[in-house]
Amino acid sequence: MVGTRALAVRGLSVSFGDVRAVSSVDLDVAEGSVTAVLGPSGCGKSTLLRAIAGLERPSSGTISYDGRDLARTPTHRRGFALMFQDGQLFPHSDVAANVAYPLRLRRRPAADIRLRVAELLELVGLAGFGNRMPQTLSGGERQRVALARSLAVEPRLLLLDEPLSALDRGLRERLAGDLHDILRLAGTTTLLVTHDHDEAFTIADRMVVMRAGEAVQAGDLGEVWQHPADAWAARFLGYADVLDGPPALALRTVVDPDATWTQVALRRSALVVDPDGPWAARIISARVTPEQVRVELEVEGLGVRSGVADPAYSTRAGDLVRVAVRADRVAALPGAQNRE
Amino acid sequence: MRRTLGVVTLAAVPLAVIGVFFLYPVGGMVARGFWPDGSLDVHGVLEVLGRARVHRVLWFTVWTAGTATLLAVGAGLPVAFVLHRLRFPGSAAVRTLVVLPFVLPTVVVGVAFGQLLRPTGPLGGLGLEGTPAAIIAGLVFFNIGVVVRTVGAFWEGIDRRTEEAAATLGASPFRVFRTVTLPALVPAVVSSASVVFLFCATSFGVVLTLGGLRYSNIETEIYLLTTQELDLQAAAALSILQLGMITVLLVLSHRTRRTPAIAQAVRRARRPGFRDTGLLLWTAVVTVFLLVPLVTLALASLRDGGGWSLSNYRALQTTGTGNALLVTATSGLLRSLVIAIQAASFALVLGSVVAWLVSRRPAAGWRRRLSAGFDGVFMLPLGVSAVTLGFGFLITLDHPPVDLRTSSLLIPIAQAMVALPLVVRTVAPVLSAVDPRLREAAASLGAGPVRVLLAVDLPHAWRGLLAATGFAFAVSLGEFGATSFLARDDSPTLPVVIFQLLSHPGPANFGMAMAASVVLAAATGTVMLLVDRLRIGSVGAF
Repeated sequence: MVGTRALAVRGLSVSFGDVRAVSSVDLDVAEGSVTAVLGPSGCGKSTLLRAIAGLERPSSGTISYDGRDLARTPTHRRGFALMFQDGQLFPHSDVAANVAYPLRLRRRPAADIRLRVAELLELVGLAGFGNRMPQTLSGGERQRVALARSLAVEPRLLLLDEPLSALDRGLRERLAGDLHDILRLAGTTTLLVTHDHDEAFTIADRMVVMRAGEAVQAGDLGEVWQHPADAWAARFLGYADVLDGPPALALRTVVDPDATWTQVALRRSALVVDPDGPWAARIISARVTPEQVRVELEVEGLGVRSGVADPAYSTRAGDLVRVAVRADRVAALPGAQNRE
Repeated sequence: MRRTLGVVTLAAVPLAVIGVFFLYPVGGMVARGFWPDGSLDVHGVLEVLGRARVHRVLWFTVWTAGTATLLAVGAGLPVAFVLHRLRFPGSAAVRTLVVLPFVLPTVVVGVAFGQLLRPTGPLGGLGLEGTPAAIIAGLVFFNIGVVVRTVGAFWEGIDRRTEEAAATLGASPFRVFRTVTLPALVPAVVSSASVVFLFCATSFGVVLTLGGLRYSNIETEIYLLTTQELDLQAAAALSILQLGMITVLLVLSHRTRRTPAIAQAVRRARRPGFRDTGLLLWTAVVTVFLLVPLVTLALASLRDGGGWSLSNYRALQTTGTGNALLVTATSGLLRSLVIAIQAASFALVLGSVVAWLVSRRPAAGWRRRLSAGFDGVFMLPLGVSAVTLGFGFLITLDHPPVDLRTSSLLIPIAQAMVALPLVVRTVAPVLSAVDPRLREAAASLGAGPVRVLLAVDLPHAWRGLLAATGFAFAVSLGEFGATSFLARDDSPTLPVVIFQLLSHPGPANFGMAMAASVVLAAATGTVMLLVDRLRIGSVGAF
C-alpha cells in the first residue's frame, strides 16, 4: 500500500453556507491509475474536484499527496492540472502558446518548449495545429489542446471535470477511447468526474459512485459494476430494473438457491425468451432493434419486466412464451434496507 | 422586404429627432463660426486655432483629462475587482456609492471640492485650492464609478474557469492576472478609459467652479467666449476642434467595446481571503475619497455663523440675501423635478427605440456597418460639449422652421439629448442578452412582431427600462451645461440656482447654496439607490 497511494482524501466536507456540497468523502487514487467519480449532476463531484485542486476551501477533512498534507499549499503549487469541459483555452493565444503556457511558467528554454509542444500535439493527434487560434477549432479539437496543455508539465495528478460532456455523441465515444490510450501512454495519475457511466467505463479503471455529497461506493470497475452498493447505485450504473420482495426470491431460487439476498438488480438483457426457461410469460409488446428484439413481458411470479429475444423466435404481442434468466446479467444487492 | 421597411421607418423617427434637436443646433453653432457674416471665412477659424491662449487651453484640457483618466483607471481597477468578484457585508452599499458621483450635479461636485480645499476647509492645509490638482481630483471623483462599473461588469462575465485552469497549471495569482485576466479585460479598460477621457475633456461644471478664471478647458473656454467675450467665431472654432477629438475617441471606444457577456454562468462571488487585504484597504481608501467631499458638503450646509442649525435649509424658501435669485430655491427644485420627468420620459421613448434597433445585430456586411454607424450617431451627445448644444439651441431653435423660444419643452429636450446615450447604453445590453431563439420560438408559435415584443423582450427588459429611466432622471436633475444657457432667470433649475447663489457674495447665500446642493445630491442619490436595487449591471457601464 505504501507508495502506491498518491492522492489520499480523508473525511472531506465542503459547505456553501448551509448547503453541504461534499460530506465526509474518503478517496484514494493510486499512482498511475485512472479513477472516475461518477454521480448525477449536483451530487457534489465537481466541488470535490475543485477542493482537491485547491479552488474551494474544505470545511473539514484532509487532502494529502504522497503523505504530505496540502491544506497550506495554494492551487498553483500543487503540481496538479485541471481540465474543464470547455472554456479554458486562452482565447487570445494560439494553440502552441496555449500548450506552452505551463512550460513558460516554469521557464523552460524556448527550444525545449518547441520540441515538447510538437510532441504533445502529436500525442493528442493535432500535429501541425500550432498556429491555429482556439476559436477556429471544433469542440473536440479544443478539448485535445486543453489535454495537451494539461499534460505539458507531467502533472502529479490530472483532474478532469466532465471532459467530454460538451461534445456530441460520436465524437465523445471516439475521444473517450483516445483519452484512455493517451493517459495510459503518458502514465498520468488521473481523477475524472463525470455523470456518464459509459464515459467512466471507457476511460477509468477505478470508480467512486457519489450521491448527494457522499461517496456511496468505491472499487475497481468490474467490482463496482458487478456489485452495486444499493438499488440507487444499480440504476445509476445502468441496471434496468431492481426487484425485491417475492419476485426477488422467485429469481433467487433459480439463480442461486443457497444465497440469502433479498434484492436484485437486472440488466436489460437479463431475462431472455427461451423455450427451456423456467417461467411462463406473455409478451405485452415487442420492438425490433438491429441486434435483438426488446420485449415487455408479464412473467409468472416476477411481474411485468423487460427482456430480450432472439430475432429467430416469433415475438408478437400476446404470444405465450417461456423465459430464462442469465445469471451473469443480474447483480445481488446487499440488503433491502439501503433503499431510502 | 416589409420587415426591412418597418425597421427603416422605426429608425427614421429617432434619426429625425436627433437631427432636429442635436445635429441642427450643433451644426448651427459651427456654421456661425465659419460664416460669421454670411460669407465663408475659413481664415478666421484658422486664426483662432493659432492663438496662444487656445493652445494653452487645449494643452490644459488634454493633460488634466489624461491625468484624471489614468488616475481613475488605476484607482478603479482594484475596486472593480473587489466590488464585482468578492462578496462581503456592505459590498452592495459601496457599489451604489461608487456610481453616485457620476449622477451628482457637476456644480455640486465642484462646490464640495471647493469647500473641502478652501484655506479654512478640512484639507485647506494642502494648499490645493484653485490648482489643477483640485480640478483633477474633482474629475477623478466624478468618473471613478464609470471605470468600476464598466470593467466590473466585464470582469464578472469572464469565465472564471480559464483563470482556474491557469492556476492549476502552476500560475501564481499575479501571473494569472497578468497572463489571463488582464488580456481579457483590455477591451473594457480601453473602452472605459476613452469614455472617462471624453467626460473629463468636456467637463464643464467641475472646471468652472474649481478652476475659476485662471484655468479653463475647451468646454469652459467655449462658455467664456460665448457669454463673456461674445466671440462666436472663436467659440465655434473650439467646438469644431472638440467635435473632431470626440469623434476619434468614440470610434476608438467603439472598436474596442464588446458587450460584456452578461453572466451566462453566474458564479458565486467569493468571500475575501487574507491575500485580498491590500485590495480591500485600497477600496476603503477610495470609499473615503468618495465620501469625504459629500460629508464636508453636508456639514457645511448645517453651519450658520458659528453654530449648527437648519437655517440654510429654511432659507431655501426665500430668494437669498440681496435677492440673489428671482424666484425661491424651492420653486427651482420643483421646476427641476418637472423638467427631469419630461426629459427622462422623452429619453426613454427615444432611447428604447434606438436600443432595440441597435440590439438586433445583423450578421455581417453593410447592414452591420450601418447598424454600427447608427449606434455611433446616438453616442455623439455623450461627448459633444453640452455648452455647444445649449448655445446651438439658443441660436437655431428661436426662429422658423423650428421656433421653440418660448416653449417650456426647450430644456427637457436638451436634457433628453444629453441623457439619450446613457439610456441606449443601459438598455441595449439588456436587450442583446435576450436569446434570439426565444423570439424565433414565439414567432413560430404564431406571435406577431408586437406580440413577440410583449411576450419576450418586455418581461426581460422592463427592469432595464426602469433603471434607464431612473438614470436619465438623475442625470437631467443635475444637468448644468446646456441648461445654464437655456434657463431663464425667472425659471431656473436647481443646479442653476446653486450657481447663481455661489456667484453672489455673502455667507448666507453660500450656506443656502450648500443646502441646495445637499438637497440635489440627496434627490439624485435616492433615485440611484432605487435604480441600483434593480441590479442592472449596465447602468453606468459603457
